[in-house]
Amino acid sequence: MTTSPQPSSDATRLVTPAMLVLWLVLATVPLWIARVGLYPYLGIEILIWSLYALAFNLVLGTAGLPSFGHGAYFGIGAYAFGLCQFNVVANLWVCLVAAFAVAGLAGALVALFISHRRGIYYAFMTIAFGQIFWTLAIKSHGITGGEDGLLKIARLPADFGVARFDLSDNVAFYYFVLVLFALAVAAMWRLTHSPYGRIVAAIKQSETRAAHLGYNVWLYKASIFTLSAAISGLAGGLFAMAQLAAFPDVMSLHQSGYVVMMTLVGGGLVSFWGPVVGVFVFLIARDVIGALTNAWMLNFGLLFIAIVLFRPEGIAGAVSAAFQKHSLIRRQGNSAMRLLFGGERWR
Amino acid sequence: MALIEAAGIHVRFGDRVVLESIDLAVPEGEFHGLMGPNGAGKTTFFNVLTGRVKPSRGSIRLDGRDVTGLSSHRIAAHGVARSFQIMTLFDEFSARENVTVGLPAFRARGFDMRHAAANDSGFARSAMEILATVGLADKADIRARDLSYGDRRALEIAVALAQGPRVLCLDEPTSGLGSDGVQRLAALVGRLKGKLTIVAIEHDMEFLFALADRISVIHWGQVVARGTPHELQQNEWVKRSNLGRFA
Repeated sequence: MTTSPQPSSDATRLVTPAMLVLWLVLATVPLWIARVGLYPYLGIEILIWSLYALAFNLVLGTAGLPSFGHGAYFGIGAYAFGLCQFNVVANLWVCLVAAFAVAGLAGALVALFISHRRGIYYAFMTIAFGQIFWTLAIKSHGITGGEDGLLKIARLPADFGVARFDLSDNVAFYYFVLVLFALAVAAMWRLTHSPYGRIVAAIKQSETRAAHLGYNVWLYKASIFTLSAAISGLAGGLFAMAQLAAFPDVMSLHQSGYVVMMTLVGGGLVSFWGPVVGVFVFLIARDVIGALTNAWMLNFGLLFIAIVLFRPEGIAGAVSAAFQKHSLIRRQGNSAMRLLFGGERWR
Repeated sequence: MALIEAAGIHVRFGDRVVLESIDLAVPEGEFHGLMGPNGAGKTTFFNVLTGRVKPSRGSIRLDGRDVTGLSSHRIAAHGVARSFQIMTLFDEFSARENVTVGLPAFRARGFDMRHAAANDSGFARSAMEILATVGLADKADIRARDLSYGDRRALEIAVALAQGPRVLCLDEPTSGLGSDGVQRLAALVGRLKGKLTIVAIEHDMEFLFALADRISVIHWGQVVARGTPHELQQNEWVKRSNLGRFA
């Protein structure tokens, strides 16, 4: 007999044991990362992309909406952080809020046009809007610096009133990102287990039923997309700090594809932690395989194909299936395809 | 005044007229059956009643209030619940959570992002009560997808009941059930009868004739006969189509 995985007490916790372990392990990273042949900046990248992928997975995994143009919001966050710093006020908190808010606004605007869709039509519309934002970023030389990017973005100091931390050092910045990451993870965990999150998950399974139970499906789809875009924008703002610049590249279709790939490889469709697993695998593979061959994407692409073919639930799904032995998760195997073609009939 | 008043409902898809002109008035507490051959427009009429399809002409009044053309979620919020012929459950959720999502109290907290849903024992308690009425209390933790067919049919109704509706629309509730399952369902619907206003599409005439207060026969998008089961027995159309043999 299979029972629902729901009753685990983790669902009611704000901070789970898994979170604590992850944070503690991550907190030790700067101590040993150089010794294993990697470098602290990679740690920063992993955290930022993990935050981005988790935000993305609110839409893909929790809501079941295939968004293939999410790079737009990550990029908008990066530009917003830079432009706020240059044109409004050079304050870290204000600029991070700007990254969050402007990306959220862009997400809300797009959500207005796509939230009545699902399945492949939804996917195409997200791509189209992603391309629009990407083109705008490239063409608006005067604002974004065009293809050269928005350069000389500073890592503003973290000012807490009583104390002020300089973040220009990679290790200091790593810890700053880690704190934001930890807060965002706890918030997103709670969000997915709140009534709101459960309703979004219900809508993923049947929009029809949810509507007939009195839920305004459109509003839920639009709001989760907006939230996801805003948190992606926050990650983008941090990315601008990491890179000391904002480039249109992250908004391109193929970079938007990366986050989809990371999430699917990691197992975002079946696990909250899937996107994080995927980011780890992706970025470390990039550096390790990339050091051996300059066609690392070819190799990673093959891995991606293998996973989609044989383990469509991703790494996290495969691991938990190995633990559970039961075929409980495997039966969701074709969820990647269900997602693309819509759970119910196409609209 | 009737609780549900549909007047002159006309629906066309492209150049195909699906509902010609349907009038239906169901007083509060009545069990009203809808029957008719496949493709007669019964489900389309349900879809109009529950806001899934907007009628090209005609009006729907609910307790005197015009709800024509309102979207499904608005009509649901007015107290109209429905079950589906093709089962439409939240398959990954447990039976209990399926019902929980249907509770108006849960819906009222629909945009609560700060509290854990599983922390609220009130939801769990209400959900368990409803599961008990349909005989699923001991299966509350099983995922909807893993329930047997008959149990899924029962859960279909439980989710609709969770809404605490004034009107319950059942779309072929016995579809696919064995005689055992039909009996269980008849017992359940019998218990609900009188407490709720029920409109049910049903092909199982025995079931319908035993339970319904009145029945409308729909054919070619029109009501061709209407009356109590007893009256329908005398109806020419019903006699001809041999539908009345169970009455």
